Amino acid sequence: MIPVIGLAFGIIAGLVLQPTVPTALQPYLPIAIVAALDAVIGALRALGERRFDDRVFVVSFISNVVIAAFMVYLGDQLGVGSQLSTGVVVVLGIRIFSNAAAIRRRIFHA
Amino acid sequence: MPDHGLPARQGWRELLRPRASQIIVAVLIGALAFAITVQVSDDDSEDYSGVRGDELVELLKSLDVANGRLATQLDELTVTRNGLLSSTQRSERAEKQAKRRAEDLSILAGTAGATGPGIEVVIKDPDRQIDAPALLDAIEELRDAGAEAIAINGVARVVAQTYFLDDDGQIRVGGREIKRPYRIEAIGASQDLAEAVRIRGGLTDRVANRGGTATVVRKDKVTITALADVKSPEYARPK
Repeated sequence: MIPVIGLAFGIIAGLVLQPTVPTALQPYLPIAIVAALDAVIGALRALGERRFDDRVFVVSFISNVVIAAFMVYLGDQLGVGSQLSTGVVVVLGIRIFSNAAAIRRRIFHA
Repeated sequence: MPDHGLPARQGWRELLRPRASQIIVAVLIGALAFAITVQVSDDDSEDYSGVRGDELVELLKSLDVANGRLATQLDELTVTRNGLLSSTQRSERAEKQAKRRAEDLSILAGTAGATGPGIEVVIKDPDRQIDAPALLDAIEELRDAGAEAIAINGVARVVAQTYFLDDDGQIRVGGREIKRPYRIEAIGASQDLAEAVRIRGGLTDRVANRGGTATVVRKDKVTITALADVKSPEYARPK
């Protein structure tokens, strides 16, 4: 319940405040969002399997975001920023899909 | 009922007194939602601040190439345009010249009316002694004096092909019957024309010899509207 309130609160805050992304954060924010989504989908899967743990979720969320941002930063420094961010997005996308498939299998048994 | 009520009450109590970790989860999810909204609304703006450096370089390169291509195209089209403009001007000049020439020639050929200073000669011939050669002599004299357009009685335009013919006491000029008295209009230098007519042994004298009278009037403006019949040449071809 509380997380849902947090979700609604975040959406409303984003819509109301309409802030512009700082230039320094611009390359990292999309990747960070994808990484966080991966953590959230993983958490949903764990919730469905009744083995959800707050601590694990918090740690995986933050570490996902930090690692993804760090990889993009590293890629930019090495001059392969666009390729590396594509790779990160692909890997995270695969994880999101496999987690979503697990959830689907659990709900629809299909 | 009380068996089921206990866990429900416990759930509510949990919601009312959330643990710290739940709040952290909520904050994280809220932050994610916030970031997504911000990023989505930020993506709508069409600027390049979010584009990576090397992508910008690629973009710039492709724009450079396109720019060069368009500049070349522009040069070619400018050259074409200049060529067309000058050829248009040339053809305009040629058209103007051709038009003026056509106007000159149409006066010579008698296909256009003409106006200008000149004289009017009226030949009265009560004895009917003026025949076609005499009238032709008169016309030739006017031509010698520089008449540029000549018409007789306002109906017969005299041009190079015009012929003079005696026909049953009448004179035909270019096929048109001319009635007495003869009125010859000629456009040219009126002074010269009038002198040529009046000179001793000239037109006036010869008409008088044949019992007629010729009167000359100088006019500032003679208008000839009679047109010659134009026949396309049947045998002669321009060379």
